[in-house]
Amino acid sequence: MVATPESLPLPAAHEEPRFRTCASTGLKIHLAAQTLIKANAVTAVVFLAIGGLFGLLVALTRWPAVHLLPADWFYLVLTAHGLDVLLLWIIFFEIAILYFASAVLLGSRIAAPRVAWAAYALMLIGGLITNVAVLQGGSTVMFTSYTPMMAAPNFYLGLIIFAVGALVALGVFFGTLVVARDERTYEGSVPLVTFGAITAAIIAVFTLASGAIILIPTYLWSLGLISMPDPLTYKLIWWGMGHSSQQINVSAHVSIWYLIAAVVLGAKPLSEKVSRMAFFLYILFLQLASAHHLMVEPGLSSEWKVFNTSYAMYLAVLGSMIHGMTVPGAIEAAQRANGYDKGLFGWLRHAPWGNPAFAGMFLSLIMFGFIGGISGVVLGTEQINLIMHNTIYVPGHFHGTVVAGTTLAFMAGTWLLLPLIFQREIIWPRIARWQPYIFAIGAGGISLFMMGAGTLGVARRHWDITFADASMSFSYPPAAFLMMGLNGICALFAATGGIMYILTVVATVLWGKRIADGQAVQLASPKARVVTEYGSIEHPKIPGTIILTVIFFVAFVLYYYVNWKYLAEVWPMR
Amino acid sequence: MSNQEHTNERVPVMQRVLDNPFLLLFLGVTMPTVLYIIWGIIEIAQIPVAP
Ligand code: HEM
Ligand SMILES: [Cu+2]
Repeated sequence: MVATPESLPLPAAHEEPRFRTCASTGLKIHLAAQTLIKANAVTAVVFLAIGGLFGLLVALTRWPAVHLLPADWFYLVLTAHGLDVLLLWIIFFEIAILYFASAVLLGSRIAAPRVAWAAYALMLIGGLITNVAVLQGGSTVMFTSYTPMMAAPNFYLGLIIFAVGALVALGVFFGTLVVARDERTYEGSVPLVTFGAITAAIIAVFTLASGAIILIPTYLWSLGLISMPDPLTYKLIWWGMGHSSQQINVSAHVSIWYLIAAVVLGAKPLSEKVSRMAFFLYILFLQLASAHHLMVEPGLSSEWKVFNTSYAMYLAVLGSMIHGMTVPGAIEAAQRANGYDKGLFGWLRHAPWGNPAFAGMFLSLIMFGFIGGISGVVLGTEQINLIMHNTIYVPGHFHGTVVAGTTLAFMAGTWLLLPLIFQREIIWPRIARWQPYIFAIGAGGISLFMMGAGTLGVARRHWDITFADASMSFSYPPAAFLMMGLNGICALFAATGGIMYILTVVATVLWGKRIADGQAVQLASPKARVVTEYGSIEHPKIPGTIILTVIFFVAFVLYYYVNWKYLAEVWPMR
Repeated sequence: MSNQEHTNERVPVMQRVLDNPFLLLFLGVTMPTVLYIIWGIIEIAQIPVAP
C-alpha cells in the first residue's frame, strides 16, 4: 500500500503539532511523524516483496537442476534484485527508523513534515523510474553499473532522484534533533538507540553524496553530453556509496538490536560509554573499508589498500565486536535481573523465544557475527581476498550481513512497530512466531552454501556453471553443483519466511485489530521505557555472554587461519 | 533523562563530543573523503597515460 495524497494528514500552516501518548513507553508521539514512519516502512516492505521475488528467481536459475530463467532474463532480474532489496527496501526502512529514533524516542515533533513528504515522493519516484528502466531491458548493468557498460539514462536518473530524496530525509532527521534539543524534549544525552541512528545517518550522508556525485556524470554520459567517466574513478566513488550503504545498515540494525532488547526485556546497556565509543569507531572508520572492493585494482597502491582495509577496518570491526558482546550482555543482565539467574545459560533458555521480535533479533545477532562478520574480515584482508575474489563467496558473505543480519533485524523490528506505531495487533501471531526461524534457516543457508560454492571457485553473476557453449570446456567439482542445489533449497526457505513476513505485515496493517490509544502493547515489557533513557545497568553479571564471546573468537581465529592455509596451497613452493 | 540532576556538573570532554551530532557529522564525512576518496583520486591521477 502506498499512501495517496488524500490520505496524508498534512497539517495546515501554523497548525499546532498533534501528539498521542504511548501507553507502553510513556512516549509522546507526534502524529505527523507516525504517519511518515508508516509510509516509509510500508513502501520498504513492498520493495522487499518485489526484490525478494527477483532473488528467488535468481537462486532458482543458479540451481543447476532447475536453471529457471534464460540468460538475458537472469542478468536483468539479478540487476533488479540488487537494486530493489539493497537500495529500496533497506533505505526506505532506514528512513522510517531514523524518524522513529528522532521524533518518537525523543518525544519531539518532526522538524518539517512537508519536506519529509517531499523526500518520500522523490525516493519513491526515483525508485520507480529506475525499476522501469531495468525492466525495459536496456539497463542490465548489474546493481554496480560499472562503466564502460552503459544503462539507459533513466536508470541513473532514477537513482539520482532517489539519493537526493534520501538526503533530504536525512536533513529532516538532523533538523528533528535540533528541534528536540531546542524545545528541550529531553535532557542531557540522547538515548543509545538514537545515538546509533545518528551514526547511521552520518554514514548515510557520505553514502548518498558519493552516489549522487558519481551518478550525475554517468547520467550525462549516457545522454551523450560528456565523455565516459574513468572506470577506476567510477569504481572508487561508486563504492563510497555501495560499501558505505552497508554500514548504514550495520549501524541501523545494531540500533534495532538495542531497541528490541530494551523494549522486550527492559534491558539497559551494559555501559553507555562503551557502546557509544563503538558507534564512534563506526563513524570514524567504517566507511574507509569501501576500499576492500578495489583490492585487485591495479593503479591503487598497497599503502592505500592496506591502510583503508586493514588498519582502519579492524578498528571498525572492533566496534562491531563490542556491540556483539554488549547486546547479549545487556540481555543476560536484564534476564538475570528479571529472575532468570540459574546457571550459565538459564537466561538464554528462558528468553522469550516465542516473541518474534526477540527471536528475530537474537538470530540476526548470531548470524551477522558468525556468518557475515567472520567472512567479511576474511574477504577484507588483501592477501586472502585473492582466493575468493569475484566468486559467489562474495554474495554468500553479504547475504550473511545484509539478509541474515540487517533484513532479519528489520523484520524483527517490524513486529514491534506494528503494535507501537501502526497500533494494530499482529493478525496471525502463530505465523509471526515461526517467521524468524524459517527466514533465518533460509538466509543462513543461502549465505553458507554460496560461500561453500565460492570456495570451490564458482563465479558470481554467472548464468551457466556448466560452460555448455564455451569453446574451451571447464568443469567445477561435483560438490560445487551440490552447493548450488542446496543454495536453491535454502532460497525456498528464505522466500517462504519472506512471504510469511510480507503477508502478515500487510494483513496486519490493513485488517489487524486496532489497539486503542491508552492500551499497553503485549509484546513490550513493562520496563520498556528504558529505551528512552540514558543510563547503564548497575553491577551486571554476564558469565554466559563471556563464554559466547570466547566461542566466537575461537571460530573467528580458526577460520581466519584456515584461509591463510588455503592461500598457501594456491602457490605450493616445492 | 535520568541524568537530570547532573546537568550542572562538568560534562566530560568525550561525552561532549558524542553529544554534538554536527561535530560527529563533520568527522564522519571528512575522514572517508580525505583518506579514501581524495587519497584514492590522487593515486589514480598519477597513473601515467598509455602512449
Ligand atoms: C529470498 C531471499 C533472497 C535470495 C534467495 C537471494 C539470492 C541471491 C542470489 C542467488 C544472488 C546471485 C548471486 C550471483 O549469481 O552472483 C543474489 C544477489 C544479490 N542479493 Fe540476494 N537474495 C535474497 C535476498 C536478498 C536481500 C534481502 C538483499 C539485500 C538486503 C539481497 C542483496 C543482494 C545483492 C546486493 C546481490 C548482488 C547483485 C549483483 O551482483 O549485482 N538479497 N541474491
Ligand atoms: Cu563493502
